[in-house]
Amino acid sequence: MPLHESEEQGAITVDHLPPDLARTLYRHMRTARDVDTEAIALQRQGVFPAYVSVRGQEAAQVGSATALDPERDFVFPTYREMAAALAHGVDMVGYMATHRALWHGGLYDVQAARFGAINAVVGGPVPHAVGWAVGERLRGDNGVALAYFGDGASSEGDVHESMNFAAIFGAPVVFFCQNNQWALSVPNEHQVAGGSIAARAKGYGMPGVLVDGNDVGAVHHATSEATERARRGKGPTVIEALTYRVEPHSTSDDPTRYRDEAETERWIRKDPLVLMRAALLTAGHADEELLDEIDAKARQEAERIRDGVANAPEPDGSELFTHVFRETTDELTRQRHTWQEEVEL
Amino acid sequence: MTELIERADTADVPAAESSMQQAINRALRDLLAEDPNTLVFGEDVGKLGGVFRVTDGLQKEFGSQRVFDTPLAESAIMGMAVGLAMNGWRPIPELQFDGFAYPAIDQIVNQMARMNYRTRGATPMPITLRLPSFGGIQAPEHHGESLEALFAHVPGLKVVAPSDPAQAYTLLLQSVRSDDPVVYMEPKARYWDRRATTFEEPSDPVGTSRVVRPGRHATLIAWGAMVHRCLQVAELAAEDGVELEVVDLRWLKPIDTAGLAESVRGTRRAVVVHEAPLTAGLGAEVATLITENCFRDLAAPVQRVTGFDVPYPAGPLESQYLPTIDRVLLAVQRTLEY
Repeated sequence: MPLHESEEQGAITVDHLPPDLARTLYRHMRTARDVDTEAIALQRQGVFPAYVSVRGQEAAQVGSATALDPERDFVFPTYREMAAALAHGVDMVGYMATHRALWHGGLYDVQAARFGAINAVVGGPVPHAVGWAVGERLRGDNGVALAYFGDGASSEGDVHESMNFAAIFGAPVVFFCQNNQWALSVPNEHQVAGGSIAARAKGYGMPGVLVDGNDVGAVHHATSEATERARRGKGPTVIEALTYRVEPHSTSDDPTRYRDEAETERWIRKDPLVLMRAALLTAGHADEELLDEIDAKARQEAERIRDGVANAPEPDGSELFTHVFRETTDELTRQRHTWQEEVEL
Repeated sequence: MTELIERADTADVPAAESSMQQAINRALRDLLAEDPNTLVFGEDVGKLGGVFRVTDGLQKEFGSQRVFDTPLAESAIMGMAVGLAMNGWRPIPELQFDGFAYPAIDQIVNQMARMNYRTRGATPMPITLRLPSFGGIQAPEHHGESLEALFAHVPGLKVVAPSDPAQAYTLLLQSVRSDDPVVYMEPKARYWDRRATTFEEPSDPVGTSRVVRPGRHATLIAWGAMVHRCLQVAELAAEDGVELEVVDLRWLKPIDTAGLAESVRGTRRAVVVHEAPLTAGLGAEVATLITENCFRDLAAPVQRVTGFDVPYPAGPLESQYLPTIDRVLLAVQRTLEY
C-alpha cells in the first residue's frame, strides 16, 4: 500500500460547516472540475498546446483559497492552482490564457486579483510570499500570504530558506503544500526524506499540520486556523494537504511509464467532488435538486470561461517589447523598430 | 527633501573629501530619508554596518524595521526583495560578495528581472541589488568575480558600476529611484579611495557614459576599478605624447552606444578594458557596438584587454590576472601601430 494511504479517507463530513459555506465550496469545486474537463478537451482540439490538470486536487485548493480574505490576503501560486484561482475570484479567462500560451503569467491583473503570476519555477514564488508578508507587517497591515507548492517543490532550497526566513521574521505566511504524491514521475518515497513535509515545520519552530487534502471542510478549517494565527501576529504555519494527481503530470505526460494504474483507480474512488456531494446530502445542507442547480450553473460558467479563453485575441507582437522595462532603453527601441520593419515587409 | 539634504550636509562625512564607501553610505542615508518605502537588508548590514561598513550607522538612524539583517541565504534575500516589491516597497538588498550572487541567480534572473514582464506591468520591481564586485583586494575565492556580462545578458535588468565616490553617490540615487531592477556593482578595490567629492543629484539619463579624460589618439573604455587603471595608463602615455581619451562606461546595460561612437569617431581607435574573462565578456559587446557604428571611422580593430579565461585567482596571482598597466599600454601600442 502506498505511503500515507488509509481507508479513513473514504468519507468526509461537512456537518460542522455553515451550509452556505459548504455549498460555496461545492460550487467552486464543481466549476473547477468542469473548467478542467473543458481545458483537457481544448488541448485535444489543439487550442491549448498543453495543460496541467487539477483533477482530484479541487478540495485542497478550494478549501484553502476560501479560507483567505480576498481583499487583504495574497496568494502565491505555481502553475497547477486553477481551482484556487477560481475560488479566490481571479478572472478565469485571464487565468486560463496561460494554458493557451497567450502570456506566460496569465492575462489577469495580479495586483487587483491579489493572486500572483503563474510561475513554473516550483518553489520560486515561496520567498516572494515571505517578502510580501514581511512588507505587510512593516506597514502595520494584517494581510496574510499563502504560498502554494507541491511535494516536488518541497525539495527546493527556496522552500527551506523561506520557512527559515518566515519563522525568523515571524512573517504571516501559510506554506500550503499540496502533496499529490507524484512530482511528475517521482513518487513521495523518492522525494520526501522523513516522509512528511508537515513534520519539517517543527525544525523551523512553527506548527505543521497534516490534513486530508480530499476533505474540503478539513482543509478549509486547517487553513482558516493558520491564516487567523498569522493575522494575529503568531507567525507562519506549514500545511500539508495529502491528495493525489489523478491525471498525468501534463497532457504531454504518459504515467503508464512510471505508476500503477490501480493506485490511480483507488484514488479516483476518493474523488473529493463525489465525497463532498455525498457529505452535503448527508448533512442536509443541500438536496439533489439544489445540487443539480449548482451543477448546471457550474457548467454554464465553465463554458463561459472556455469560450472566453478560446476566443481571446492573441497578443500583438509589439507586446514583446512593452513590459521589459518601466523605462525602456534605446537598444530595445531599436530592436522594436527592426521587428516593426519585419512585420511590415 | 531640502531638510534631509541639509542634514546630510552637516553629517560626519567631510564635504570636501570622501571615500566611495562613505559616498555609498551617504547615498543610502539620503535615500532612506527621502522615501519611506526604501528598505536596506542583507547579511550583516544592520548592527555590524556591513563587512565593508557601507551601511554603517543606518540601522541606528533609521531603525531595525528599515535596515535589517537577514539569515544567510542569498536566494531568499532576493526572493524576499521581489515579494517586498510586490507589496509596494522599494528594496535595496545587498548580497555580500559577487560570487554569492550565484546562489540567488534564479530569483535575480527568473523572478526579479521578469516579474514586470510576466505581469504585463502590474508588478514593477524597483529593486536595487547592491553587489560588492570585481577583484583587487586579495580576497578568498568567490570574492573577486565580475558578473556584469551575465547580468547584462538578462532581459529586464539594468546594470551599473561606479568608478569614483561622486559617481557612486549619484548613480546609486539614480538606481534606487528607477522603477526597473538594477544591479549596482560596487568596485570594492576602490571603496577606500578618498578624493575631493561633490555629491550631486543625477542629471544624466540612465545609460549614459562620461568622458573622464579627453584625448585624441585612442579611446580607452572601462568601468568600475578599471577606470582608475586606464587613467594611470593615460597619464603614462601622455609622457610619450600619446593623448588617450578615457571613457567611464558607467552603465553596462543599457550601454551608451552614442557616447562610445562619438568618442571613437574622434580618436578612430578603441581599447576596452575589463577584469572579467575575455570570452563572451562585455568587451565583446562594446567592440561590436563600436564596429557596427564606427566601421568606416576605425583605423584599427577594437582591442580587448581583460582578465584571462581562468577562474579568478588567489592573492599573489591576482595582480598578474587583472589588466596591468603594461598590458593596456601594449594594446594601445598595437592599435596605434596597426
